[in-house]
Amino acid sequence: MSDIILEPTADAPGPDVELTPAQEATAKLKELHPNVLSDDTREGYEGMIVYADSITEVAKTLRDDLGFNYLSSVTGVDLIEEGKMEVVYHFYSIDRGGGPVVLKAQVNRDEPVLPSLVSIFPGADFQEREAYDMYGFNFLGHPDLRRILTWDGFAGHPLRKDWKEPFFEEEFKPYGSRWPDGQVFRVEEKTPYGKNVQYPPGWAPTGEEYDIETDVYLGLTYSRDATPGLKTDKVTVNLGPQHPSTHGVFRMVVTLDGETIVDLKPVVGYLHRNHEKIGERNTFIMNMPYTDRLDYLSSMSNNLGYALAVEKLFDLTVPERAEWIRILMVELTRIANHLWALGFLLNDLGALQTPMLYYYLERELIVDFFEAASGSRMMCNYMRFSGVAYDLPDDVRGMPTMKFLEELIYNNLPRAIDQGDDLMTGNEIVRARAIGVGVLTPEDAIAMSTAGPVLRASGVPYDIRRAEPYSYYDHLDFDVAVRYNGDIYDRYLIRVDEMRQSLRILQQVLPYLKQTEGAPIFGDKPQYAQRAPRSGESYGRVENPKGELGYYVTAKRRSGNPERYHVRAPSFINLTALGPMAKGHKVADVVAILGSIDIVLGEVDR
Amino acid sequence: MYGFGIVKGLGVVINHFIGSYIDDLRWAGKGGRYYNEEAFNVRQSPLGEGVKTVFYPEEKLSTPERFRFVPFLVTDDPPPGQRWGHDWCTACGICVKVCPAQCIWIERAKQPNGRPKSQPEKFFIDIDMCMNCGLCAEFCPFDAIKMDHDYELASYDRSTAHIHDKERLSKPLSYWREISPKKAEAEDIARKWAEAAKTKKRDKDGEGREDRIAEVAARQLYYKGLYY
Amino acid sequence: MTVADTGSANGDIAIPDEVARNVFIGNIAKLLDPLYNWSRRNSIWPVTFGLACCAIEMICTASSRYDLARFGMEVFRATPRQSDLMIISGTVTKKMVPVIVRLYNQMPEPRYVLSMGACASGGGPFKEGYNVVDGIDKFLPVDVYVPGCPPTPQALINGLIALQEKIDQQSIATAPWYRKDDPTAGMLPVPVLGPDLVDLRQLDIIRAKAADYEAQVTESAGVEAAAQA
Ligand code: SF4
Ligand code: SF4
Ligand code: SF4
Repeated sequence: MSDIILEPTADAPGPDVELTPAQEATAKLKELHPNVLSDDTREGYEGMIVYADSITEVAKTLRDDLGFNYLSSVTGVDLIEEGKMEVVYHFYSIDRGGGPVVLKAQVNRDEPVLPSLVSIFPGADFQEREAYDMYGFNFLGHPDLRRILTWDGFAGHPLRKDWKEPFFEEEFKPYGSRWPDGQVFRVEEKTPYGKNVQYPPGWAPTGEEYDIETDVYLGLTYSRDATPGLKTDKVTVNLGPQHPSTHGVFRMVVTLDGETIVDLKPVVGYLHRNHEKIGERNTFIMNMPYTDRLDYLSSMSNNLGYALAVEKLFDLTVPERAEWIRILMVELTRIANHLWALGFLLNDLGALQTPMLYYYLERELIVDFFEAASGSRMMCNYMRFSGVAYDLPDDVRGMPTMKFLEELIYNNLPRAIDQGDDLMTGNEIVRARAIGVGVLTPEDAIAMSTAGPVLRASGVPYDIRRAEPYSYYDHLDFDVAVRYNGDIYDRYLIRVDEMRQSLRILQQVLPYLKQTEGAPIFGDKPQYAQRAPRSGESYGRVENPKGELGYYVTAKRRSGNPERYHVRAPSFINLTALGPMAKGHKVADVVAILGSIDIVLGEVDR
Repeated sequence: MYGFGIVKGLGVVINHFIGSYIDDLRWAGKGGRYYNEEAFNVRQSPLGEGVKTVFYPEEKLSTPERFRFVPFLVTDDPPPGQRWGHDWCTACGICVKVCPAQCIWIERAKQPNGRPKSQPEKFFIDIDMCMNCGLCAEFCPFDAIKMDHDYELASYDRSTAHIHDKERLSKPLSYWREISPKKAEAEDIARKWAEAAKTKKRDKDGEGREDRIAEVAARQLYYKGLYY
Repeated sequence: MTVADTGSANGDIAIPDEVARNVFIGNIAKLLDPLYNWSRRNSIWPVTFGLACCAIEMICTASSRYDLARFGMEVFRATPRQSDLMIISGTVTKKMVPVIVRLYNQMPEPRYVLSMGACASGGGPFKEGYNVVDGIDKFLPVDVYVPGCPPTPQALINGLIALQEKIDQQSIATAPWYRKDDPTAGMLPVPVLGPDLVDLRQLDIIRAKAADYEAQVTESAGVEAAAQA
């Protein structure tokens, strides 16, 4: 069995500390940059508005002098009424934990130009590209500002409030055509092409082929080898979007020198399902089942993150039993997700099918429990604002629920984890292929904003459950799993460790569940049309199995729909590290490196 | 030592291989391991050992009460000689307003004088859009729309088969009681309590306190209904 | 001469009883069909091709609990050129659909398409999205639709059994893929990504619309100019 190195992180600051790290940093920042910062005075908003051109200097101070070295999320917002657009930055401190320092850069809507942060925080790369794609922000100094989720040549910037999709029906749901005189129609029958398409007025195809691929290859390095001796040409190889080892519709454009990777560019967007555009039309509760479909392997965690964000906005409290049930569900999800991820990682390492099949047997049991509790195996839609949808079921697969859970937590899951450990951890082939491959240093891991197991496998003990505890995690006794080498093998081991820690948490949760049997499971009776009691913004983040999952939600007072709904997807941002990790390795390793990041395309592309 | 990990791994695999036969022996005297309901239930629970395959379509995993697959409408059990019973749906439109995919269409019936009647004239669900989220069933105040357990809906054509109209959606109460007995019962009780509380209030002779108790009890039972 | 021609020959010629008693006269296709279909229905090899959430349920179906191997379908091929069935398991986006059509074009005949889940059949919950294709049947001929979001593994197997039943109905005599004028053969036009997805079969309509618009613009411009004058 592997030796486990675990290290508890510093606890979150207690109530006796006067200023949270974020408040302290905010005050200092204002001192250092008095002319370019002003408080965000809009009702319900926090953070500071920064003069857009100075964002780089302020960010640099934050990183170098104040210790806020982790740029978690970059969010574009369209403030159409004010004629402006805004980029919201959330910075965290890895060492000190706690809440974010929020900076907002506002620019003119017609001319959205601002400096890029990529040179200071490489992790902003994909997020800035996303903001460019969705809103048209022009980030000066971005090395590769191309569309990321849609394709080059796409007409318009879809998340702008005045951009309408072909199937546009009404600004907000519910649509008037459904009731009381709803006559069924298929919306495609109402559009000229019978399809979900629209073209700019007057646009006609010229007949020439559009080739998105050329654009992709243009950004790659093609330089000829300048060294004396035998000359080699570089070859560009395309993996995906249909490839058995890309975990879905993901594509990598790899430039090879012989078999060695010189450059790797991920191409995403093949599963871009317009989550945010749809989410801004939905009412708050309608978004809950949509969040299931982000990281569809861990829908419970997605639900929780969204519920936290909206509860913050609505000022709702959650009864005790609901909190315990939430933790139960989320930790089971973590195990289910890691079982899946390990199965696929080992599959990519060449252990075709066998370990995967063993792991999935146990996952099926967890999924059975989800099905009995929430009604669906994967799309749980289980959390509600201020509680959970249902109490635990009476029985699961013919066993009383508590007995089922005990059996699962004390028996089946530990056995499965140990068995997987036995089967794979010491295996020479796994070790030979995984150790020392795809190394990510701690500095790089932080700079590239990686999160979750990828970050912790590089020796950074940052776990939101500890750094900024939500729910009842501060009452629970568990260690933050850390590994220090940052290679594939450590990313494999850390998932094993995390599953063991999750089991530890689950074992502590079970007695509470028994104690609170019959207690209420929501604070308020859930309403079908909840409205925001105040205007404002909120950012809810949870430690998803894949990393930090954040929801940025803003709303107007009395409005039933979010004004802006943004998801900070861990898989998406973790992909930033893929290129640097793969460089210098053989092409055969790239699938294993990708497998060790553990992405889910529903979340990458949203 | 090289090779040891591989041998260890093979050991685990062989363990599984042998284990799958041992459980066969255990059930040999009790009607066999396969196509035997008792054995099947044990096999699919955490206590199961060996091969866990579900031999669909011969064996089917039971669907839990809360299982959700496309919605259906509850009607009274049809009186003898008639095809449909009375609809429970009152065309209140709440399911329409909560449906995230906006895949429900309701046309409210009209009285002869043109005033709206609390009954649906037409009711459609486009199951090509439905995300089986169950919100419609959760928020319907009349227990009129429920999530079905019938998942065997494969078809060769979607242009007609995938828009469920009222006829296709309506299923009798007895069906709901069959697929979800506990929940249906809890709902029954909650409805009775609520009804009792309402009539008491209307009579105006009952003491206020009793009303409140009845109401609270009804609400609790309603939540209890959600427990199953 | 095809098998079908042999089979239909005995309708025209009067056959003496003597001959009929001693010589086999019948439809060879009818004799062969059961064998032909039995072997095909029990070795449907799907493409390893997962799109979205439904793909997870597809993988679960193939793994040990539901075990597609019982139907001879566990051989997920990584290349379309070796497979018979494409399970469209998830949301089809505009960015992805050219790839899917290209994959379909690479599959050998006879090929089947199973549309798994609400998304693949009709766009599902994401139908209103700007990057989502409202049903793969707009681009490929689909054989079986499995509704659900996601369909449970059992529902998927139910769909696969429906596909087997469909295969059982087919006859070697009428199978289009042996005919010279096979309507299902050949390449489907691969859609192109312009300002939006361009279905090459609709080029004429798009051009006509654009021309209409141009005419309108010039007309209104003309009216304006006249008004100003
Ligand atoms: S919520 Fe219930 S009663 Fe109201 S329209 Fe929908 S099904 Fe009918
Ligand atoms: S299950 Fe969800 S998506 Fe389907 S009809 Fe009901 S509310 Fe709408
Ligand atoms: S039908 Fe549902 S589960 Fe399947 S891909 Fe679409 S959203 Fe995901």
